Amino acid sequence: MSPSSTGASAAPVTGDAVAIKNFAFSPATLKVTMGTTVTWINQDTDAHTVTSAGSGGPLHSAALNTHATYSYTFTKPGTYSYLCTIHPFMTATVEVTR
Amino acid sequence: MTGYHDSHDGVPAGHAEQPATEHGMSRRQLLRHAGWFGGAVVLTVASGEVISHIADSRETSSGTSSGTAVGAAAAANGALRFVQVSDSHIGFQGPANMDVAGSFTEAINQVNSLGFRPDFVMHSGDLTHLSTVGQFDQVKQMMTGMQTDRVFTVPGEHDSIGDAGRAYRKTFGMGTLGDGWYSFDTHGVHFIALVNTVSLEKLGHLGNDQIDFVRKDIAALSSDTPIVVFSHIPLFAMYPQWGWSTDDALKVIALLRRFSSVTCLNGHVHQLFTKTEGNITFHSATTTAYPLPKPGRAPAPTPQVVPARQLKDALGIRTVGFRQGDRELAIKDQRLA
Repeated sequence: MSPSSTGASAAPVTGDAVAIKNFAFSPATLKVTMGTTVTWINQDTDAHTVTSAGSGGPLHSAALNTHATYSYTFTKPGTYSYLCTIHPFMTATVEVTR
Repeated sequence: MTGYHDSHDGVPAGHAEQPATEHGMSRRQLLRHAGWFGGAVVLTVASGEVISHIADSRETSSGTSSGTAVGAAAAANGALRFVQVSDSHIGFQGPANMDVAGSFTEAINQVNSLGFRPDFVMHSGDLTHLSTVGQFDQVKQMMTGMQTDRVFTVPGEHDSIGDAGRAYRKTFGMGTLGDGWYSFDTHGVHFIALVNTVSLEKLGHLGNDQIDFVRKDIAALSSDTPIVVFSHIPLFAMYPQWGWSTDDALKVIALLRRFSSVTCLNGHVHQLFTKTEGNITFHSATTTAYPLPKPGRAPAPTPQVVPARQLKDALGIRTVGFRQGDRELAIKDQRLA
């Protein structure tokens, strides 16, 4: 469950969990393989969303209150950019490989 | 609604009984006014008070005032007085305020205890915390308790979650254009209510349709018409790192520069802040829900937990007065009593 570090702290991280804490997605770049279910958990006292940037992306959570979670299973490789629509300065990426 | 208020019955809304140190915020506000208006400051700020007092005497002893007061009362007859409340976040649950519905009720009671009936009340966004139908219904129901002729709103980003503001507009957007923008005139003042929370692009965003609306809306107005603009997110760059700015606001500001008096009133940042640029002043309102940190004074704009007795110091309402012939509006921020 816990993301394993690949070295530098800013480098992409593997795992299947993203924490939402202090108005940031952590890790900011998550690397997963096809078929992985990624779970986001909101640890802030404000609400957040997990929403694909631009139109047509697959990530579309409801408003996540404190402790709420959202999961999505990535079935296609690619780079998935997303943000919090309530605080759109919060941006992050999931990189999905075969 | 009255249950929560009981514990405060008999406590006047004024703050004269508060220790001097607790005047910090309003004192600073007063000093800022001094900065913008130069020698007129006392007069301008005092005129808010004077308008209130005249209104009281007119309502209780109409026609019996002395000559001076009659003259002032005559001027006050044309006076506009409205209230701004903001960021009630109905539905928020957290240690920063365990009872946002209670504190919003208290703000409503404070509006109803001003000693005059405001011409209207503007709620400048984040009425709800999660945009749910239940929260929209609750806040709408609560606002019917405000003793005023009309209630206006603009949406906050918390009112536009997941549906581009459709649920907000269904409840509050009757008769508005586009994403919920509109304008109206009263007492010689032109009001514009803008929506900058629906298509966020890191910062608040107005969009070309809305900017075109403003261009056409003000085209025929004389440049000495006082303009008041409402938006949720500030139209000035208060702190872009936290999204406290609107990326295309300068297009609207450019349209407004020809007017001799422009007042932009926003919410969103949960704290009083003022900035002036030529004839345009920006005033951020406080909240009725919970405080946020000052820009950059925390890692993120997270709800701030303060000792219980300090919470109300951070919450409040704003009254705004304007008399035809005056150049400036008299803006008075009051802590939640």
